[in-house]
Amino acid sequence: MDKGESFFLPAPSSTVAGEVDALFNFILIASTVLFFIVVFGSIFFAIRYRRRNGKRQYTSEKAHNTKLEIIWTIIPTILVVIVFFWGFSTYLKMHVVPKDALQIKATGQKWFWQFEYKDGASSTNELVVPVGKPVEITLSSTDVIHSFYVPNFRIKMDALPNRYTKTWFEATQEGTFDLFCAEYCGTGHSKMIGTVKVVSEREYDEWLENNAISGEGLSLVELGEKLYTSKACNTCHSIDGTPNTGPTFQGIFGRQEKLQDGTDITADENYIRESILNPQAKIVSGYQPVMPTYQNILKDREVDALVEYLKTLSN
Amino acid sequence: MAKDQLNAQKNYLNEQKGIKSWLFTLDHKRIGIMYLFAIMFFFFIGGVMALFIRLELIRPEEIVVGADTYNQLFTLHGAIMIFLFIVPGIPAIMGNFFLPLMIGAKDVAFPRLNLASWYVYILGSVFAIYSIMNGSVDTGWTFYTPYSSDTGGAVISMTLGIFILGFSSIFTGINFIVTIHKLRAPGMTWFKLPLFAWGTYATAIIQVLATPVLGITLLLLIFERVMGIGIFDPAMGGDPVLYQHFFWFYSHPAVYIMILPAMGIISEVISVFSNKKIFGYKPIAFSSLGIALVSFLVWGHHMFTSGQSELAAMIFSFLTFLVGIPSGIKMFNWMATIYKGSVSFDTPMLYALSFLFLFGIGGFTGIMLGALSVDVHLHDTYFVVAHFHYVMMGGTVMGFLAGLHYWWPKMWGRMYSEYWAKLTVAVIFIGFNMTFFTQFIMGTKGMPRRYHSYVDQFQPLHAFSSVGSFIIGMGFFIMAAYLLHAMFRGKPVGKNPWGALTLEWITSSPPHHHNFERTPLVTDGPYDYDRIMVENDKWIYKDQPVEKPDESQEKVEH
Repeated sequence: MDKGESFFLPAPSSTVAGEVDALFNFILIASTVLFFIVVFGSIFFAIRYRRRNGKRQYTSEKAHNTKLEIIWTIIPTILVVIVFFWGFSTYLKMHVVPKDALQIKATGQKWFWQFEYKDGASSTNELVVPVGKPVEITLSSTDVIHSFYVPNFRIKMDALPNRYTKTWFEATQEGTFDLFCAEYCGTGHSKMIGTVKVVSEREYDEWLENNAISGEGLSLVELGEKLYTSKACNTCHSIDGTPNTGPTFQGIFGRQEKLQDGTDITADENYIRESILNPQAKIVSGYQPVMPTYQNILKDREVDALVEYLKTLSN
Repeated sequence: MAKDQLNAQKNYLNEQKGIKSWLFTLDHKRIGIMYLFAIMFFFFIGGVMALFIRLELIRPEEIVVGADTYNQLFTLHGAIMIFLFIVPGIPAIMGNFFLPLMIGAKDVAFPRLNLASWYVYILGSVFAIYSIMNGSVDTGWTFYTPYSSDTGGAVISMTLGIFILGFSSIFTGINFIVTIHKLRAPGMTWFKLPLFAWGTYATAIIQVLATPVLGITLLLLIFERVMGIGIFDPAMGGDPVLYQHFFWFYSHPAVYIMILPAMGIISEVISVFSNKKIFGYKPIAFSSLGIALVSFLVWGHHMFTSGQSELAAMIFSFLTFLVGIPSGIKMFNWMATIYKGSVSFDTPMLYALSFLFLFGIGGFTGIMLGALSVDVHLHDTYFVVAHFHYVMMGGTVMGFLAGLHYWWPKMWGRMYSEYWAKLTVAVIFIGFNMTFFTQFIMGTKGMPRRYHSYVDQFQPLHAFSSVGSFIIGMGFFIMAAYLLHAMFRGKPVGKNPWGALTLEWITSSPPHHHNFERTPLVTDGPYDYDRIMVENDKWIYKDQPVEKPDESQEKVEH
């Protein structure tokens, strides 16, 4: 178990997580007590007043007790009013973004997350944030509804195709945390899994700088290999021949593919480039036209890098 | 000998013969039986799909089905279980069969409408089956836009099927409202109504008022897909969140369509098997109506993370807690009913106790989900899946099974094997908790729902949950076997094997075509166990120590 992880909850790693957990535990304890009284009370009475020798008895005509009935109405009402205010106050905290928060734009699309930072840095499926600083995430989607969910931070917000939504968090510890899509979005929904990497402020600044000049100092093939996972190609395209949502990349370069309209095509540089930037143009038969475009996500050199990388994946 | 007697006796099953006498019947009891078989067929289909889902989830890698097939399976499991099993389940089967009997009526108010509702149900289900055969649907049972606006498959025929099923539900609702208002036997005042009738009445109100909204919503979805009119799809200028509002405006009250009749059954069963007057008759009756009304105002609690305003979230959260209170009051009333009773542990009572246990957990986890900050973490995780299975299966299905075992001897005139029945209660109870309690833990740990594969840390919990689901499946298999056996070969029973005081037990088992020989005159309350006792089909009054048949029973005999 990670530090702070309990039987039910994962380790709390943001400033609101502790408050959420406190309310969760309060309801858990209050419920357990009431559950024992009502359910085990009923079972106890059932056994205590069981029918002996199979003989029915006349029973009490009492079917009403004002005092009791008031008590068991008032006590639960008081409890839920407490829970209501407690839950609402933390909810407000989750929604009121601190003024000095870092701004990051997150875009959900089938089936990955794209993050844009200030100064043109960007990342796919890996959100990098500094520890101990509030971060505001502005969410949107390019297709269907997705939902941005980081269990360790206890935050979740839908990403909608027609308006911006916002959420924010302040990570309290460094580390790598799961980022899930929580709103059902189709074939690759369960593969739309990213990570939130919480680093020190110094590392964050370094990362931003390096990201802006991404790939420099790497050969095209090395860069392509990196992009294959960092841009989430691996969600749908395998490199070992396993069938997936999209055709495998194993031996793709120079392969003869049958298209949906019946024509044949050889996967050369131009076909691969077109399929990255305009994926719906030529669909390989047997696959669905579900890939999003990488226009504006990949730079020219990165497209080149992917092409070169795919060339190395021969059978 | 006894068997021959049963067959010689005229009853609704043998008065007329042949397939036509069933297909054109106007008898509420026969329509109830036809619903029983149709609905149980879909329960079986939906259940098998659930087992495939659980099988696939044993390991994160693909085992039996790919992601697309998996998405169709959980969509169909949800759609079938909700629209074809649990919404119509108790009202259409047990409401049809027992509501008229319990209020001393010969039939429902509109027998032809009643038969029509069955055919409309079948028609709707044919559309659903057509959809499954022709590309199926992968939208989730909620059909959220814009996913459902442009995904492939047969979304239109499925939504059209559900649109049609809605009419069946409305017909049944109208019928029950009028029946309860107009056909109560002489002396059957509103406060002498059995609580099952109150539950059915509250349900019928929701069916009539809420179902049209679902119909309109699905129709709008169809318009959008067929004619390209932008309503929900932002690509055409629509608003996807509007769809969620419309959808939950029906589907939240629908949750109470599912649970209120089950609560009615639980009130009956606990009173009968405790042989004690129900505690707090009026609070239980009025809390059903209260739940029905407030249930229309809480739909937004499904949307706390959808970006709706904080003010809206606050109001919906508050109203959600309000609707929880009446359910809590009912739990206390049931406990007080058992207190100082004369309790027997027959199968229906075991299901009622299971209901208290499982619905209790379902209710308390509902409080967690109603709390705004906690819901943000738990929304769309397995916690929600576990919560609604505890409420729907642990609540409604346990109530349904309590009713099925309580009334089975009345429906067929024959008793099932108590040994196998009790064993099955244990099997289902254990399997259920293994399956779904595990899912609470997965949910709080952050496992999102509707995932075909998952991160490795959840594997042991998923595997355990799957084993539990196979145990549940086994339980239902045993149940099907002993219930079917009882139908043909069970030991014949008298009028009143449980010693209950509601009117369906003063007539023969199975009842004959017109229910009662004469209209019963109601003088006693449905739960007067303080002064009436039934032993071997004799109604014994406390203040008249000499054994003497009950007045209403006399009328039936002559």
